[in-house]
Amino acid sequence: MKMRGAEILLDCLKKEGVDTIFGYPGGSVLPIYDALFNSDIRHILTRHEQGAAHAADAYARVTGKVGVCLATSGPGATNLVTGIANAYMDSVPMVCLTGQVSTALIGRDAFQEADITGITLPITKHNYMVESTEELAQVIKEAFYIARTNRPGPVVVDLPKDIMEKVIDYKPISDEINIRGYRVMRGFNSGQVLAAAELINKAQRPVIYAGGGVISSDASAELLQLAETRKIPVTTTLMGLGGFPSTHYLSLGMLGMHGTRYANYAIGESDVLIAVGVRFDDRVTGKIDTFAPHARIIHIDIDAAEIGKNVNVHVPIVGDVKEILLALNQKLQPQPEYGEWHQAIDRWKDEYPLRYGFSMEGRIMPQHIIEKIYELTGGEAIITTEVGQHQMWTAQFCKFKHPRTFVTSGGLGTMGFGFPAAIGAKIARPDSPVIDIAGDGSIQMNIQELGTAVQYKLPVIICILNNQFLGMVRQWQSLFYEGRYSYTDISHQPDFVKVAEAYGAIGIRVTEMKDVEPALKRALASTDCPVLIDFWVEREADVFPMVPPGGSLSNMLGGD
Amino acid sequence: MKHTLSVTVENRPGVLTRVATLFRRRGYNIESLTVGATENPSISRMTIVVEGDDRIIEQVSKQLYKLVDVIKIVDMTEERFVERELVLIKVKADNNVRAEIVQIVDIFRARIVDIGRNTLIIEATGDSRKIDAIEDSLKPFGIIELVRTGKVAMVRGGRP
Ligand SMILES: Cc1cc2nc3c(=O)[nH]c(=O)nc-3n(C[C@H](O)[C@H](O)[C@H](O)COP(=O)(O)OP(=O)(O)OC[C@H]3O[C@@H](n4cnc5c(N)ncnc54)[C@H](O)[C@@H]3O)c2cc1C
Ligand SMILES: Cc1ncc(C[n+]2csc(CCOP(=O)(O)OP(=O)(O)O)c2C)c(N)n1
Ligand SMILES: [Mg+2]
Repeated sequence: MKMRGAEILLDCLKKEGVDTIFGYPGGSVLPIYDALFNSDIRHILTRHEQGAAHAADAYARVTGKVGVCLATSGPGATNLVTGIANAYMDSVPMVCLTGQVSTALIGRDAFQEADITGITLPITKHNYMVESTEELAQVIKEAFYIARTNRPGPVVVDLPKDIMEKVIDYKPISDEINIRGYRVMRGFNSGQVLAAAELINKAQRPVIYAGGGVISSDASAELLQLAETRKIPVTTTLMGLGGFPSTHYLSLGMLGMHGTRYANYAIGESDVLIAVGVRFDDRVTGKIDTFAPHARIIHIDIDAAEIGKNVNVHVPIVGDVKEILLALNQKLQPQPEYGEWHQAIDRWKDEYPLRYGFSMEGRIMPQHIIEKIYELTGGEAIITTEVGQHQMWTAQFCKFKHPRTFVTSGGLGTMGFGFPAAIGAKIARPDSPVIDIAGDGSIQMNIQELGTAVQYKLPVIICILNNQFLGMVRQWQSLFYEGRYSYTDISHQPDFVKVAEAYGAIGIRVTEMKDVEPALKRALASTDCPVLIDFWVEREADVFPMVPPGGSLSNMLGGD
Repeated sequence: MKHTLSVTVENRPGVLTRVATLFRRRGYNIESLTVGATENPSISRMTIVVEGDDRIIEQVSKQLYKLVDVIKIVDMTEERFVERELVLIKVKADNNVRAEIVQIVDIFRARIVDIGRNTLIIEATGDSRKIDAIEDSLKPFGIIELVRTGKVAMVRGGRP
């Protein structure tokens, strides 16, 4: 069949199961937009390419499918860069399509030419520049395959304009994939699984340290079984929240810099640490040589390069979490009760629960708002966040019952992620309430996406915990730089309620405790219009407890 | 300790950048890197000399292996390359032609470094012209595998 490159592209996307793409047009992608005009692929027009990238990222996290975004060459493509880096750090499967100048112009500094494959080399799992219309279908197939298999990640496909315009005789290609340098990980070393089972069966003070890999492997049920069979307490990373129900009696909440004291203490005392789909990030381990000092460490990860990268482990098992846990669970003897170990943990939980003070000026405490959000949604909402104190309070005070319901920027820590992510999540799961818990600083980084949310009638909720500070940075200045608040006061801000209204969204301001719940209820009742709530909160609340940077997990500040 | 890695990669534009970027980003120090053709035109071979303890070398290999364009990695630390281009040629060599091959090897002052049942591995060092010539002379016998390091050069003598 005679087809244009752009039409072939859309045909390939459909074959990959793509129903929605997030994008922004421009000169070099005109042929693609022309083909989209009467395609049944849904295109969501964001107001900035960064918004498109984050929305596609969240769409992927919420659905488990590959997220797709599209931008024009040059500035369009470079505007995607933060979004690509974000997905790379959090191992999110994405295919990012960028326009490129025509092949004859490449390398000549043509109008809106940017070397996007060069620029994104260190922040993509792989990238391609398509060299002919004939190879297009193969490249798209490979891009999706690479993005979603093994450790997921973003793949950029750069599409020169003439290649999109050229008409060729198109025959759909076979499903077979053979990439010499890329093999999908199948199976695992069952001897290692036996060794792990033996360690676990003998452990006196075991702890499970679970992360993003549990969620991307869809292995929550297997993790639950592992925990319950041996009655092993479970702590998760920021990225692992939702992978194990926070409401479960074995849950220790989050560990690490802003984790719970009981999670960090449990790590410190554990004799066997079962690390599942985690990467021993420095925000988690603190000072590396004092991390889990008494533990034999079992590490399950699909990426062999993660084994031994930061911490020496005793029983590495390379492979898919779900497959490995299924096998491991069969080798475990049920544990009646741990007695001492559980008692020790219960004592820590009693002594050091997460708590917060009250405001001297009678302001709303930000943590209270998060507790209310949980109370009103019962853990059935999708929560996204920006980056800062509000993000950490969300991790601490919101509970998550299901995987893929917490969407946050962990690895890159991208302010401005949460709102476009909420849009992507709402598109993916229209029936679920979607709430972006935001800071007053972060929200201003992608606030233009109010236009998108209003246009598509998306009732996403933005809760700004407005402390008029770049609060997380202010906290560090307060703790480690003698309270010199250098350029972190952002009390010059717009009237957020008016901003929301100017875009056609609903804006609500809440300054008093009693109005928190009614405002949230009103927002949750909205069916076709985004709602922004500007909560004026205590300005100098801190996130505690905290492991000071470079410190040991056993030495936490605050929260005692 | 210095390790020499032989890395088989897709012969595509940009592969060298991918490898170099990875080293730079992860902070591994490349002592030397050469790229050369192999007997298969779609495959190149990189020879990378990198300094580091076992843990670093293991990370380097694993991270390299994650590059989609990297096909195979072999740590061949025992070999060292000095001021020259080097070629290893595995040539078909049954008893009928062995003597003839040995003669060619002598003329080029090359060496036979491995004797298999029906193969010989020949090592030669020298400038590119000499390497081309020996390759041409051995071609008629059937080259099974060939790897060239590419040039590494260092000024002779002079100040310490
Ligand atoms: C302000 C701020 C503060 C933070 N504080 C904390 C904190 O206190 N505590 C905390 O935990 N984090 C914190 N973080 C987040 C932190 O930076 C890291 O993003 C996070 O700890 C990494 O989570 P993870 O180890 O689960 O790895 P992820 O980044 O989620 O990586 C997943 C791992 O699982 C593997 N994997 C993927 N799929 C599979 C599969 N199918 N099978 C097997 N393995 C698989 C991957 O190879 C990878 O190693 C903070 C971030 C910010 C921005
Ligand atoms: C794009 C970007 N720039 C800078 C930072 C550094 N940073 C981390 S948290 C933070 C403050 C965030 O302020 P706000 O959104 O108001 O959240 P708060 O901490 O006050 O809750 C800053 C500037 C970042 N993470 N991302
Ligand atoms: Mg703030």
